[in-house]
Amino acid sequence: MENFTPLSALAGGALMGLGAVVLLGLTGRIAGISGIAAGLLPPGRGEALWRLAFLVGLVGGGAIYRTLGGPLQAIQFSMSTFMIVVGGLLVGFGAGLGGGCTAGHGVCGVARASKRSLSAVAVFILTAGLTVFLIRHALWGG
Amino acid sequence: MMARVAAALVSGLLFGLGLAVSQMVNPAKVLGFLDIAGPWDPSLALVLATAAGVALIGYRAVLSRPKPALAPAFSLPQETGIDAKLVIGAALFGIGWGLAGLDPGAAFASLVFGQLESLFFLGTMGLGLHFARQMN
Repeated sequence: MENFTPLSALAGGALMGLGAVVLLGLTGRIAGISGIAAGLLPPGRGEALWRLAFLVGLVGGGAIYRTLGGPLQAIQFSMSTFMIVVGGLLVGFGAGLGGGCTAGHGVCGVARASKRSLSAVAVFILTAGLTVFLIRHALWGG
Repeated sequence: MMARVAAALVSGLLFGLGLAVSQMVNPAKVLGFLDIAGPWDPSLALVLATAAGVALIGYRAVLSRPKPALAPAFSLPQETGIDAKLVIGAALFGIGWGLAGLDPGAAFASLVFGQLESLFFLGTMGLGLHFARQMN
């Protein structure tokens, strides 16, 4: 547990929760990133402007953090480009089919005590954990 | 209209800042949680629980009002059943998440760290979303 960072996890999680509350309280929308992004793909679902603004905000939030000199200044991808490309495809397809991602199901759906979202979270944490175990400990690692 | 766009921008900023502060933009950090057989890092679970807890309290306050401040009505998901699409979709999502260490939100917020991998991931993620929409 030497890598556990409880303070930044609490602070970051609170900011994300607050972001979700702002969006629902002001615009009536769920802060599901995959759903918001999917609405921008052609043919658009309309209301492109607020969707775009939300995604620009996501990128901008990262930019504010870096500009203010947050402790994390570099991120590490240890996996091959092939795995990233396949991972992106599965994340997009799975979120589209399953109606949500870590934010939509994991934060917003859980906050609404949705049985669908709680089930989705249990399933994707399980398959993600199994995938990492297979890659790191069963297939290549020791 | 412009007020709604500004609200979405502020919401996105808070969410993206939260993803960076909690280090969830870093695939190495996410994989540290998913790898339960390694030196386990429970941070991601605390991030999710805190975000959902804050949203739970805030949602209750917000949903006790007749409508959102800047829109005529709330747009909440109407599906309630647990079907094959949900389970298969979530299972595939998890496999992709475990392969790349990124989810959609983290991928966007990670862009400013200047790694090409974030762009590759977002590109194929968009493709995957597109395929799923054609099936639905």
